[in-house]
Amino acid sequence: MSPPGTLFRSTGKGALPEDLTERREKRVYKIKEKVSLAHDVHSMIVEAPYIAKKALPGQFVILRYGEAGERIPLTIADSDPDDGTITLVFQEVGKSTMVLGGLSAGDSLDDVVGPLGVPSHIEKLGMVVCIGGGIGIAPVHPVARALKEAGNRVVSILGSRTKDLLIMEEEMVKASTEVLLCTDDGSYGKKGFVTTVLEELIEKGEPIDQVVAIGPVPMMEAVSKLTKPYAIKTLVSLNPIMVDGTGMCGACRVTVGGETKFVCVDGPDFDGHLVDFNELRLRQRMYLKEEREAIEAITYVGA
Amino acid sequence: MTEKKEKIPRQSMPEQTPEARKSNFEEVPYGYSPETAMLEASRCIQCKKPRCVAGCPVGIDIPGFIKAIEDGDFASSIRILKESNALPAVCGRVCPQEDQCEVLCVIAVKDEPVAIGRLERFAADWEMEQEKKELPEVAPPTGKRVAVVGAGPAGLTVAGDLIVKGHEVTIYEALHKPGGVLVYGIPEFRLPNQIVEYEIKNLEKLGVRIETNVVIGKTFTVEELMTEFGYDTVFLGVGAGLPWFMGIPGENLNGVYSANEYLTRSNLMSAYQFPKYDTPVKKVPKVATIGGGNVAMDSARTALRMGAESIVVYRRSRNEMPARIEEIHHAEEEGIEFHFLTNPTRILGNEEGSVTGMECIRMELGEPDDSGRRRPVPVKGSEFILDVDAVIVSVGTGANPLLTNATPGLELNKWGYVVVDEETGATSIPGVYAGGDIVRGAATVILAMGDGRKASQSMHFYMTGEEPEPVSEE
Repeated sequence: MSPPGTLFRSTGKGALPEDLTERREKRVYKIKEKVSLAHDVHSMIVEAPYIAKKALPGQFVILRYGEAGERIPLTIADSDPDDGTITLVFQEVGKSTMVLGGLSAGDSLDDVVGPLGVPSHIEKLGMVVCIGGGIGIAPVHPVARALKEAGNRVVSILGSRTKDLLIMEEEMVKASTEVLLCTDDGSYGKKGFVTTVLEELIEKGEPIDQVVAIGPVPMMEAVSKLTKPYAIKTLVSLNPIMVDGTGMCGACRVTVGGETKFVCVDGPDFDGHLVDFNELRLRQRMYLKEEREAIEAITYVGA
Repeated sequence: MTEKKEKIPRQSMPEQTPEARKSNFEEVPYGYSPETAMLEASRCIQCKKPRCVAGCPVGIDIPGFIKAIEDGDFASSIRILKESNALPAVCGRVCPQEDQCEVLCVIAVKDEPVAIGRLERFAADWEMEQEKKELPEVAPPTGKRVAVVGAGPAGLTVAGDLIVKGHEVTIYEALHKPGGVLVYGIPEFRLPNQIVEYEIKNLEKLGVRIETNVVIGKTFTVEELMTEFGYDTVFLGVGAGLPWFMGIPGENLNGVYSANEYLTRSNLMSAYQFPKYDTPVKKVPKVATIGGGNVAMDSARTALRMGAESIVVYRRSRNEMPARIEEIHHAEEEGIEFHFLTNPTRILGNEEGSVTGMECIRMELGEPDDSGRRRPVPVKGSEFILDVDAVIVSVGTGANPLLTNATPGLELNKWGYVVVDEETGATSIPGVYAGGDIVRGAATVILAMGDGRKASQSMHFYMTGEEPEPVSEE
């Protein structure tokens, strides 16, 4: 194998790229495929061979669409080491993700770095319930698959507001032993929240050894609250605001069991029974005003 | 002869007025004109045994480069500088010369020392303006391969030293832009990014390959670099990392930043140009920075330029502040208010989780502590509240475990920093060297560069068997 970065390797000394801009123009992180999964929700297959080779379930990347972009953390939804690609699923929530949503196959990202974070702990436990809420179905997918491959009975509960927003059902069917669906409005699967379905499982006396819940903060909080009295170990994957993703800035700090943790290096998986969800929710809302301002600024430019 | 020279006063650099500069991010001092530089250079008495050189962590031939400036031979001056220093434009700006070379200047006994730093900056800036630039000669290829982990001051020095010796050098940088603390930490008004980019471009012209977006310890391990990719030596210059917080209530409120985060947002991510750039940083009426080091000064001065009333809260007195005098002076001129002998006890917030104030306690100085400075002791019952809307915590950083955890066999000290041989920079793994903040904890750019210089010589010796030259000669 040649050294990493041979993409940039010159044919001889003295013929190296003049500057970084020129290097960027080589468009390294190419988008191979992009599909829309639901309104404002996209899936992208991105060329990132070294990351694809190393990525483990639960890990994430940080990307920038271009020079003006924020560093956005996204969990790796899938990776193909042979093809040298990773799959990223995201929702348009702010300016950077909106611009990202506007890119198509053939376009490239300026930066993708990873795989970051501690991989999810995978072992044979018996029965594991994997819960994905909305966009959270994407990151729960590789975890469910790995748990199943490790010999667990994996029951996945997928939930969304409405039928059109329920993503990756087919992939989750493959990755799980059994899949249970629910929507808030009852347009698909059972009417109700993922907690409604989980509670039924618990009450039925299913021998649940562990729950993995990934989704919006209120969902992860509700699941953790539900499992606590039953002492069912519950892992949640947190998605706070990050900047560097390597432990340098502390933007992603969260209180777990009374201690401050950095999600980027200590997580992203934590014991749901110990996470201070209220603080996490407030911290995620830190830049709502600025997000609106950034979106308004591009809307005017585009008008 | 000597007498005549001493009559010329130390030349000051023209700079932006405090009034003008506190609302922009442009560099504060403009630098010397050629005439001023030559005049300042003529103050150097060209000591036979220059003491200043001994104070320079990279051992620059200081009288040599100054003589060339005096003679108006600026090209020679920069050539001499570059023999020992890969980043003269950077060092001329951010080195604490007053504690290193200038403090030892013999003229300083009777007069102010020669402005070595300003002259270094002049020579480097002069070169940048020239259309035709001289590149150092690169030795014939040795066939040896060097991986440098981290594109900060230590790593860039190693890369610059070893590329000219004919080795193949790749720098791996975790962020999307090389430069390390020079681009994410030190603000534009103290060290313009353009200057760092220029110095890095020079390294690339010499053949250094820089790969951004690679986290060693994650994307690749040190072991893979050596076994799979065939690097003969690896230099670890990953910096310090994990910011410390104080462990007081309210530190996770919205509006509390580590200095690293605040500076990374505004410098690396250009948040001061939000919304042109997508990354925001809170713009609020009043910001308190906690700490007394250079990073605290950088943070407070950045907050000021973001339009805030900016204050510094420091638990000791002015005399114990570790920041450079020049930085404290600049901050004061710009109207930053200092609260000495004051320590935060609690950060207050509202129901939205945003900062509304900070409770502090007055301190007094007691007996000297381990650092030799008098230990600050709280004055009972002296708590009071400062009305602030954001808090920047600048109380230091700890070792980042990302790379070290993923490198079995790498000996660490009890704080998690890499243990090296002081003379060579060698770690416990053969062929692996380290320097800068991952060895020292938080230090300075030039000390990191000094480590890089030392390590590069040992790495060269390790790869070729050629004896290293001594770092500084008499």
